[in-house]
Amino acid sequence: MLTILFDGVAYGMLLFVLACGLSVTLGLMNFINLAHGAFAMAGGYCTVVLVNRLGVPFALGLPLAFVVTAAIGALFERTLYAHVYRRSHLDQVLFTIGLVFMSVAAVDYFAGSSQQFVIIPEALRGQFIVFGVGMSKYRLLIILICGLLTVALQLLIAKTRFGSRLRAAVDDQRVARGLGINVGAVFTLTFAFGSGLAGLGGALGAEILGLDPSFPLKYMIYFLIVVTVGGTTSITGPFFASILLGVADVAGKYYVPKLGAFVIYAFMILVLIWRPQGLFARNTAR
Amino acid sequence: MIPVSGEISSYLSRRGRWSPLEIAFWIFAFASIWLFPGKHLILTETAILALFALSLDLILGYAGIISLGQAAFFGLAGYFSGLVAKYGLINDPVLALLAASLVAAALGFITSFLVLRGSDLSRLMVTLGIALMLGEIANRFSNITGGADGLQGVTVAPIFGLFRFDMFGHTGYIYTLIVLFICFVVARRIVYSPFGLSLRALKGNTLRAAAIGIPVNRRLVAIYTVSAGMAGMAGALLTQTTAFCSLDVFSFERSADLLLVLIIGGAGYLYGGLIGAVIYKFLQDWIASLTPQYWQFWIGFVLVAIVLAGRERIEEWTAAGRAWIVGVGTRLTARPATRT
Repeated sequence: MLTILFDGVAYGMLLFVLACGLSVTLGLMNFINLAHGAFAMAGGYCTVVLVNRLGVPFALGLPLAFVVTAAIGALFERTLYAHVYRRSHLDQVLFTIGLVFMSVAAVDYFAGSSQQFVIIPEALRGQFIVFGVGMSKYRLLIILICGLLTVALQLLIAKTRFGSRLRAAVDDQRVARGLGINVGAVFTLTFAFGSGLAGLGGALGAEILGLDPSFPLKYMIYFLIVVTVGGTTSITGPFFASILLGVADVAGKYYVPKLGAFVIYAFMILVLIWRPQGLFARNTAR
Repeated sequence: MIPVSGEISSYLSRRGRWSPLEIAFWIFAFASIWLFPGKHLILTETAILALFALSLDLILGYAGIISLGQAAFFGLAGYFSGLVAKYGLINDPVLALLAASLVAAALGFITSFLVLRGSDLSRLMVTLGIALMLGEIANRFSNITGGADGLQGVTVAPIFGLFRFDMFGHTGYIYTLIVLFICFVVARRIVYSPFGLSLRALKGNTLRAAAIGIPVNRRLVAIYTVSAGMAGMAGALLTQTTAFCSLDVFSFERSADLLLVLIIGGAGYLYGGLIGAVIYKFLQDWIASLTPQYWQFWIGFVLVAIVLAGRERIEEWTAAGRAWIVGVGTRLTARPATRT
């Protein structure tokens, strides 16, 4: 029971790191980015190549995955995404689905369709037994890293100058622009950072979520659930939504193996009907 | 008193008249039965895809609802028609087709109330979620649906007890084409009716449409239900012509590919879905013969390229060509008309 809760929290934390970038881009530019999972996959494969092939230590592989994915994110944002912000939602959906298809086939071409594994250092394998509850060391590490990241993100958004610019741009783009905030630059930075986080999440999660070319399609719906349930106006909303989703998914798969995903989709639809802006969103004037 | 309403009705009936180009299109479509007898299997797939795209066009092109869950209706009707054929509940395929379509329409009616709420994003999520939920249910009750192995052992009775489905797909193709034509006529009737005009109005501006007295929600529910029924018909046709139904009828890729089909052909234009289906199947066949494993990459590439080039701009480029075709078509028929 407690093990399930523990695994669920680890899973949820991971989902949060994967999805928080998406929630910011959606809130900031009202842009539906279905290709977010592709960046997570990029991070995962980047770690596989670095750690397994080039022998880079795991502890260095993770930050490198972040940096590489953030760079890819920034590049894509400037060259491709920037042209699509002002288009209709239909165009955005088509564009990002196209990117997903391309990334799936491209990864299949370069790395093959089989499942990939990151070699984890010996020190992180096995588990602790605390009060009779088995806790895997690796999951503990995930909770630790993701927990720290969440606190850091919250501080970044609440306390720094960049954070207040970002919040201003999310709340009202036009007024923010009128106050001399360079919304485009804020957005590129945020997009890169969000992609980087997704890459880090993909690298960390390769062990738990599995890593194969269909990753962006498989987890797209999960990211979207986090964002729609959590709302796009804060960091805490998606955070609680991810934890809830993580625990529900793990518990669902354990207790009702064949009905687990069904429960989650049903829950999402109910939330969307009950509160279209998300469960934890504050009501904005928009 | 009468003049104004008379003018309106004569304008509407003039708009709704079949142009010679359309007639030529359908003559060619039916001629394909004899022209390409060896390609009936792929032509059947194309016709089913065309019908499916037509159903999406009704809600996306005409009413402006973005949906990623059209596969829900397709799959539900597919399984329904498969099951009734397998257990001999409804033996006649045509009756089974109608029943499957009604079941899909009922699902569309129920879920339309969920789709009405919220923004584009929550619509996407809800439609996608419904399709995925149905997929999970089909997977869960694998004792009935066959689960991941698909529904096997479906034997479809001859149509009207006369025309047996043969393994070369000749009967299947003629049957599919006739259903497609009937559905197209229905869709055409809907689109050119005052009801269809009101849909266009509310797609353009919901608020203003409501202000001139169009009951927005009721219209959306109605067109969503019709579209669901049509998607269901496509799904049932697939099961009947292939005598098989598997879980991928509910997949996300099916809905996403459908969007691509419609975008290639042009949304908000009845022939868009049909032309798009032909081009898509041709492209898929061609790319798959070049790179069997990676055709998805090029499909994605086409999507990205279409969006980056701008759908409006592409329409502008092809506008000259289309105008020329229409011009030739009308001139050909205008001559005999002036003589009489």
